[in-house]
Amino acid sequence: MEQFAALKRSKDGQPVRYLVVDDSVFARKNLARIVETFGGQVAGEAGDGLTAITEYDRTNPDIVLMDITMPQMEGIEAAEKIVGQHPEARIVMVSSVGYQENIVAALQRGARHFVQKPVKPEVLYEVIKYVLGEDGAVASAAGAGA
Amino acid sequence: MKMELIQPFINAADAVLAQGLQSPMSIGNLSMEQEAYRRKGVAALVAITGDIEGRIVFDLDPETAVRVASRFAGAEMPESDELVRETVCELANQVTGNAVTALNDQGFHFRVHPPVLHTSEHAPTSTEDTEALVICCETGSGSIFMNIALRYNVQLSGERAAAGK
Repeated sequence: MEQFAALKRSKDGQPVRYLVVDDSVFARKNLARIVETFGGQVAGEAGDGLTAITEYDRTNPDIVLMDITMPQMEGIEAAEKIVGQHPEARIVMVSSVGYQENIVAALQRGARHFVQKPVKPEVLYEVIKYVLGEDGAVASAAGAGA
Repeated sequence: MKMELIQPFINAADAVLAQGLQSPMSIGNLSMEQEAYRRKGVAALVAITGDIEGRIVFDLDPETAVRVASRFAGAEMPESDELVRETVCELANQVTGNAVTALNDQGFHFRVHPPVLHTSEHAPTSTEDTEALVICCETGSGSIFMNIALRYNVQLSGERAAAGK
């Protein structure tokens, strides 16, 4: 898998920490593999929206990658609840269902961006960079392995 | 079942499989299923409700499922691995989600339900208004069967039209 210049937190140079939320174990593992190529670290995983809320409180991640169609509580509702409690939360919806109503609903409820499955690593990388804004920094090639 | 419902699934399967398997796929046999559906191996079912209702079953013989899952995961997997079944479910989810996105752009409204493993040997027989079309996707890892049984929800579409939506 392609390696990317490491994305770090600009405040302390530490790896960006991710909470990966998807009811599919395969999808979670795949996303974990991708964010590791960005130099990121998986802080936690959840298989449904309810667990995502408690995992957010426990791990306080820099980025949440959130599926939409999940049992118990769907991703858009979970995103709304997380942003309600943590307005600074950066949530990127990752779903195979990419129609406009879903995207608009997710953005209106606090998600920062949307990526359609199957996830192209280069697309997700650019989205993460954009969502992190000034709180993220691309490590120089010399420092990428540090 | 009209081609306008089928083509988005073919396009979505092409896109998802080409990326996941990193090789092109081609469409092999297309057939209408007359008899009760008989599962071939590892199968995942995705239900759809809304303007169009029904289900899509993705079915792979066990050896193909292992090869496909291994390609998607980028690592060899044992046949017994739960992750093989998970991968088939996620494959079904991605193809259906992408197809439904395209159909939504045509004005249809849906709810896609989470994929479930289809473990029974048979599915309900096709009916007059819910025909099942079986599409064989030929890939370098083996054949992937999409069994699509959808019908227009005339009542819901009528209500939407009456409401001017």
